[in-house]
Amino acid sequence: MHIIESGNVAAANGVKLAKVQVVAAYPITPQTPLTEKLSEFVDAGEMDAQYIPVESEHSALAVCIAASSAGSRTFTATSANGLLYMNEQLHWAAGARLPIVMCVVNRGIGAPWTVWNDHQDAISQRDTGWIQVYCSDHQQIIDTVLKAFYLAETVNVPVMVCYDGYILSHTYMPFDIPTQADVDKFLPPFKPAYALNPGQPANLNTVTLPDIRPDVRGNMAPGYMEIRHNLHTDMRNAIDVMADINKKFENVFGRNGNPYIEEYKCDDAEFVAICLGSLSYHLRDVVDILREEGISVGVMGLRLYRPFPDQAVRDALSARKGVIVFEKALSYGNQGALYADIKSALYAAENQPTVHNYILGLGGREIKTDQLVECLRNSCTQPETIDDTPQWIGLKL
Amino acid sequence: MNKDIIKIRWHGRGGQGAITAAKIVANAAFVSGYSGVVMAPTFGTERRGAPVLTSLKISKQKIYDLSPITEPDMVVVLDHLIVEEVDVASGLKPGGLIVINSSQHPDDFKFEGMKVATADVTHIASESGLPPGIVNTGIIGAFAKASGLIDMDILIRAIEDEFKGKHPQKNSGAARITFENTIVGGK
Repeated sequence: MHIIESGNVAAANGVKLAKVQVVAAYPITPQTPLTEKLSEFVDAGEMDAQYIPVESEHSALAVCIAASSAGSRTFTATSANGLLYMNEQLHWAAGARLPIVMCVVNRGIGAPWTVWNDHQDAISQRDTGWIQVYCSDHQQIIDTVLKAFYLAETVNVPVMVCYDGYILSHTYMPFDIPTQADVDKFLPPFKPAYALNPGQPANLNTVTLPDIRPDVRGNMAPGYMEIRHNLHTDMRNAIDVMADINKKFENVFGRNGNPYIEEYKCDDAEFVAICLGSLSYHLRDVVDILREEGISVGVMGLRLYRPFPDQAVRDALSARKGVIVFEKALSYGNQGALYADIKSALYAAENQPTVHNYILGLGGREIKTDQLVECLRNSCTQPETIDDTPQWIGLKL
Repeated sequence: MNKDIIKIRWHGRGGQGAITAAKIVANAAFVSGYSGVVMAPTFGTERRGAPVLTSLKISKQKIYDLSPITEPDMVVVLDHLIVEEVDVASGLKPGGLIVINSSQHPDDFKFEGMKVATADVTHIASESGLPPGIVNTGIIGAFAKASGLIDMDILIRAIEDEFKGKHPQKNSGAARITFENTIVGGK
């Protein structure tokens, strides 16, 4: 059934359909309407879940960690400084290998305060050991929430489902809400390998020594470094697992798409723009304008950011003349984080396209179509005039 | 590129329900066969009573550009006093439509080269039994009459769906009476 609702309501419906058992969250703009909706679902008896209000985001994730350790399917959501306040628990959830799903409704970080959209919140948490998937519209939000639980519970790594604050969270558009029967066909119940149980006590995530050592049963147990290696290996495996899950999703729902990169007019494109989130859809209109001028350009939306699908990126980009990376985040003092990742993926390619980096839309600065047209046109027609530093769009110094 | 997009900008005051009005029209447009519908409120630091605006784009195809409308085809104004505070005709295409909740005649408004329509929604809504100041359903009737874009019966159903359990008939009634009492001025 199609409804017209906000991106936050799309996410909430995904969480409800996933039969999440524990929700713990603390309100923060622009995420708040999502968890408000979940509290309404629980209150109305439409969702058989514990909704646990907490006094901070740090506690929200701590509750999810405990509930997930006890074998519950758990969900939380946050934005911006709320995500940063979780930082210690983010690492804990990943290290403890708990399949928590969290929506990150992307918002710029204070100081100074901003409530508007950019990607600095999620990008700054890229090395916490969480999988990060980005959405471009409401259908992707609800579908990705469902896939995220499957993925998290298959590889035992928590997943962030990221979508643009306001631009998606508060914008209304049509999307299909799957039936519960179809979702149940797709998503099996959560069956943890071990769940906290008073009858079978255990000590979880205790101090590990620098070297491996026997566990209480006398078996050699992985040490800290092995545990880190395993997290990394399972993150890398998650790339292939995502493709399998996407296939299963298509079998049930009849819709799908590339799990790593969503392409538009890229087949014959000499130049390709690439970015995260809803901006890739905005850039489709820009590509159409430039195509009418005879410029051979396409756009790719990167869906999966961590683990980084470097092989897919290399395959998609290495035969191009130029790659133009648009980013709503910055690694201060260096360059865009995505830009660095893409250049790194292309290092192993035989052909090395020119790569440009545009920084835009920070703190909700309006992104105008004509600005995008001008920058992308410059990058395609006179690439040699643009150097290897971040170029700022819409900056008013 | 999808060039076949009808762009409608809604001006109201914080708390007045412009977003709900635009959402109702979005739903009715979708039911009428416009599969591409995007309604994007513009969020600032406004509080209740301050002028706010929301963008509604409708098209037969999916809409990819979610940015705010800068060049609307139509503008809907829920409070005539906003006309004195905000340039509601900003970017409006020549010959564009301005629908205003006002007891005045369209010709009393000076918008060069634009089509103006007015209806006294505040009065009609109150007569329809809605609490004073609830104008966001009545204005839909004025929009329907002046734009001719969406069938009134579909809008009525969309209003009653939105206000299920919250005086659906009074709200749809306000829209229908406003529809019948909207004055469309000359260009």
